[in-house]
Amino acid sequence: MALLEIRNVTRRFGDFVAVDGVSLSIGAGEFFTLLGPSGCGKTTLLRMIAGFDAPDGGAILLDGQDMTGVPPEARDIHTVFQSYALFPHMTVADNIAFPLRMAKCPPGEIPARVEEALDDVSLPGMGKRFPNELSGGQRQRVAVARALINRPKLLLLDEPLAALDAKLRERMQLELITLQKEIGITFVYVTHDQEEALALSHRIAVMNKGKVEQLDEPAKIYGFPKNRFVADFIGECNLFDCTVAAHDAGGLDLAIEGLGKVRSAGAENVVQGAKGTLALRPEKVAIGRELNAADCVNRFHGKVFDYLYTGDVTLYIVEVEGGQRVEVMLPNNAVGRSSKFFEPGDAVQIGWRDDAGHYLHD
Amino acid sequence: MARRSWILWAMAALGYAFLYVPLIIVIVYSFNDSRLNAEWVGFTWHWYEVLLKDEQMLTAAWNSLIIGVSASAVATVLGTMAGYAMYRFKLRLLPVLVLMPIAIPEILMGVSLLIFFVMLNVTLGMLSITLAHIAFCIGFVAIVVRSRLTGMDESLTEAARDLGATHWQAFRLITLPLIMPGIIAGALMAFTLSIDDFVITFFTAGVDATTLPLQIYSMIKIAVTPEVNAVSTLLMLVTLILIVIASRLSPGALRGE
Ligand SMILES: Nc1ncnc2c1ncn2[C@@H]1O[C@H](COP(=O)(O)OP(=O)(O)OP(=O)(O)O)[C@@H](O)[C@H]1O
Ligand SMILES: [Mg+2]
Repeated sequence: MALLEIRNVTRRFGDFVAVDGVSLSIGAGEFFTLLGPSGCGKTTLLRMIAGFDAPDGGAILLDGQDMTGVPPEARDIHTVFQSYALFPHMTVADNIAFPLRMAKCPPGEIPARVEEALDDVSLPGMGKRFPNELSGGQRQRVAVARALINRPKLLLLDEPLAALDAKLRERMQLELITLQKEIGITFVYVTHDQEEALALSHRIAVMNKGKVEQLDEPAKIYGFPKNRFVADFIGECNLFDCTVAAHDAGGLDLAIEGLGKVRSAGAENVVQGAKGTLALRPEKVAIGRELNAADCVNRFHGKVFDYLYTGDVTLYIVEVEGGQRVEVMLPNNAVGRSSKFFEPGDAVQIGWRDDAGHYLHD
Repeated sequence: MARRSWILWAMAALGYAFLYVPLIIVIVYSFNDSRLNAEWVGFTWHWYEVLLKDEQMLTAAWNSLIIGVSASAVATVLGTMAGYAMYRFKLRLLPVLVLMPIAIPEILMGVSLLIFFVMLNVTLGMLSITLAHIAFCIGFVAIVVRSRLTGMDESLTEAARDLGATHWQAFRLITLPLIMPGIIAGALMAFTLSIDDFVITFFTAGVDATTLPLQIYSMIKIAVTPEVNAVSTLLMLVTLILIVIASRLSPGALRGE
């Protein structure tokens, strides 16, 4: 049985539907992520799970129990807020001890458990400080320690790393994964950072305008996006409007304007003449002066239109002879430190395998 | 440029002089060794000694203290509740109701309270004065408390609830300690407002009860003696100290934020 069951939950603010018929089922021990652009309803959904807000329709079940009308303090769910919400008038130790005190834990046990919790988040001996004497990363850890100290069934995290710099964020991501594995508590994690979602989660629900667009494992979300929105939102992606020219057991022949005929892996329920989209990740496209690789079924001549150098990789925009522009990603491992492979205007050939692209129904 | 700033400085100095010279004169002449507020004769503590032996003055001061403490205590509790309600429920009418007593002219408030007390057969005296002071102090406390609440991160109380605190526990353990400086500032303000109120007190005092401002008023009807200067100086000192403390505790509220 699922630990958290969200059944057809809807939340309206006036005429605006912030969460629109969302159904999710989250298992015990899972690291589950809600991913979506700003304003898609992630926080609203999280607040309903925590009990700060009530759905206008549908139900939320924790461990099979309907949570309707159950106040936040009676739910075995804790939240790590984006602002951390540490109590400024209490020391770190008192902050962490707060849930224990509320749960009427024997006072004699509290100091040892607080010290243990501080150790868990690598802040030993910091108990006497006040929150304003900590750095952002330390505050974040205190918030996590406080939320986890009496081991709730479910931990909700609303963009907990958004306020940290990139380096610290990466470290905290690793720490969160390790912590979650160690204590085995179910995490529901909210973020609008797709890389973070892919790196952390067991499963991801991609949300848009209050609806779940796709619910899958990270590799499925990235490799097999269900629709244009998901393909576009997660990572870089070429999206070509196309028509199915022919289909057989081996795959599809797609007609793409400005590009020509493209051979692509098959998809379910395709009919000839159907209109759809070919999603093609830039890193799956090869580029060279002349491609000889036999397995690049789809090959096109063109010239470099522009490029974006980002250190580890360079993203080229290639204009093929038909006029279509294709984004191509080239790792910079093969190139000397200062040199680039191609300059704008260079004649190149690009190509990709038939199973590199991914056909999406409209 | 230099010329213009010189003129500005002069005008500012003139303005401040207009405000503060009368106060300084009152203070200076309270130490003057003469029965008249006319010319400086010499320094003395005499008028303060007279003050301490003046039975009527001491009774009035005692009354003012009792009224000030009880009125500010009650007004602080009610005003805090009103401020919290204004913050929590964001009703339109509530702030109007709470803040009206601040906005309407004091004389109107005094007269209406007088009529009200007479209608209800409340004997005019200490009780009626205290009730009247409570009525006009609530609004001030409510403003200070609300301003303090508005500056508080709302997610703090949510975090407390989330971590297992009931509504009441969250208020007592998180909200209350965080707005305490505002509550104390509000209480001090209420006390100073009560202790130096004249108009409303005048209407609601009846015949027996007298407070410090009423006593001063009745004395200067005869003549402004240096004793009045002395008591005014003391009153000024107390008020000033309390206001300074209050503004330290809740800086935003007194700047009208
Ligand atoms: N109390 C409210 N009253 C009215 N509208 C609201 C309220 N809370 C949220 N909304 C609206 O609902 C939508 C979803 O908000 P929500 O905070 O859930 O977005 P989000 O996905 O968390 O976005 P972000 O990534 O920016 O935090 C937004 O358009 C927001 O304006
Ligand atoms: Mg949000």
